[in-house]
Amino acid sequence: MTQRAVRHLLGIDGLTKANALSILDTARAFWEMNRRPVKKAPTLRGKTVINVFFENSTRTRTSFELAGKRLSADVVNINVAQSSAKKGETLRDTISTLDAMSPDLIVIRHASSGAPHYLAKRTNAAVINAGDGLHEHPTQALLDAFTIRQHKASFEGLKVLICGDITHSRVARSNILLLNLLGAEVRIAGPRTLLPRDAEILGARVFHDFNEALAGADVVMTLRIQQERLLTALLPNTREYSRTFGLDARRLALAAPDAIVMHPGPLNRGVEISDQVADGPQSVVLQQVESGVAVRMAVLYLYAPGGVDAELPGRDAS
Amino acid sequence: MRVLLDAASLKRGLTRVAGQIAERHHGSSGLVLVGIRRGGVPVAERLRACLERIEPGEVPMGTVDITLYRDDAASALPNPLIGASQIPVPLDGRHVLLVDDVVGTGRTVRAALDALLDYGRPRSVELMAVVDRGGRELPIQPDYCIQAVRVEAGERVDVMLEGSDLIAVVSR
Repeated sequence: MTQRAVRHLLGIDGLTKANALSILDTARAFWEMNRRPVKKAPTLRGKTVINVFFENSTRTRTSFELAGKRLSADVVNINVAQSSAKKGETLRDTISTLDAMSPDLIVIRHASSGAPHYLAKRTNAAVINAGDGLHEHPTQALLDAFTIRQHKASFEGLKVLICGDITHSRVARSNILLLNLLGAEVRIAGPRTLLPRDAEILGARVFHDFNEALAGADVVMTLRIQQERLLTALLPNTREYSRTFGLDARRLALAAPDAIVMHPGPLNRGVEISDQVADGPQSVVLQQVESGVAVRMAVLYLYAPGGVDAELPGRDAS
Repeated sequence: MRVLLDAASLKRGLTRVAGQIAERHHGSSGLVLVGIRRGGVPVAERLRACLERIEPGEVPMGTVDITLYRDDAASALPNPLIGASQIPVPLDGRHVLLVDDVVGTGRTVRAALDALLDYGRPRSVELMAVVDRGGRELPIQPDYCIQAVRVEAGERVDVMLEGSDLIAVVSR
């Protein structure tokens, strides 16, 4: 019996296809549990989860918080955006302080790429990346894949279009990596100023024409246009963006007839997505939110450090 | 490996137990069978067929997975094989019959009870097992059982498929 090494979920990069599918399979059981009258199991009783968010976030934090609570873990949320960092504490000191409280899992969001990796080297807890800078947001990609799986028979050859500000999107990055791993065909589209130069290296086909990119797509994922991009001259204005890359009913008709529409939220209605599409029958935006809790439960369950890596005793020792 | 119950004896046992259940419950209406995944599920399916032969009418059946409710869940992690629990009808006010293949320490049944109660508040819960191998660590006893057996520590008792029939075997 040896102590199992603590494992971290720092990104999709580093996962095998089998790892990813195991998370998605496990999430299915939690998805069902979340539809029961009693949405709670005692699985992580006695474990402590700290959600430490250096960036403001409501939906991801709430999703992780519910996930931990439904598994009976003790969950603490720390909004560093409005606490010690403001008082000048360094990331290193914040980490040492948290680690001294012996959490079993730390869920971290940070504006700097690589912050979760820095944390993972300095704590005994399992670290889950809830979004780091322009790098990765692995649980978002996993919940998107889980949602796609509920509508499409297979990822093999599935045409998935991701549209918007790809350069500054950790959601896009994690999604491209995961969808490639699962065998889908990833397309990206957006204004030239917002497409990364290395997109082809990531394994995505680049389109500058939205209509062309949409042709025959099985999944259309639009990303949020962040207002701060307008300040940096990368985008002229939202009306211009909406005219060239806004997803409306007319454009959606170019995609496969059974295409689904996804968006990581929060929505900029009338900018990247029209009301009609966002609320239409092909939109799975709210299902993505539901998937999020189930996928995060699966991640907490699978990454929670166990006691010892003993042979699992058989049921009833029989 | 030695056979504890061959296909014919196990079948006779199921018929006998089904009779006891129907007698105690004055028929089978109001009953819900719940098989504990995975060993209890094939047993529950066959028991249900026996009950439906005794009295016409469908007996609802569900399954429960105990992975998340194990008392060693936190230390035995990771155990990624969580099966789906499926309870087709509301349990409130019904008589539930939990079905498993082998009852031993009683810890599986304890976990199954916790899982079950998260689905509702049954009027009563009873336990049926094919084999009672003894060695209880919790105050839990089967209400119906086909065969009780004393086995030595280190011996396993399994209920398994032989063709489409169930048999019970003891092995080391």
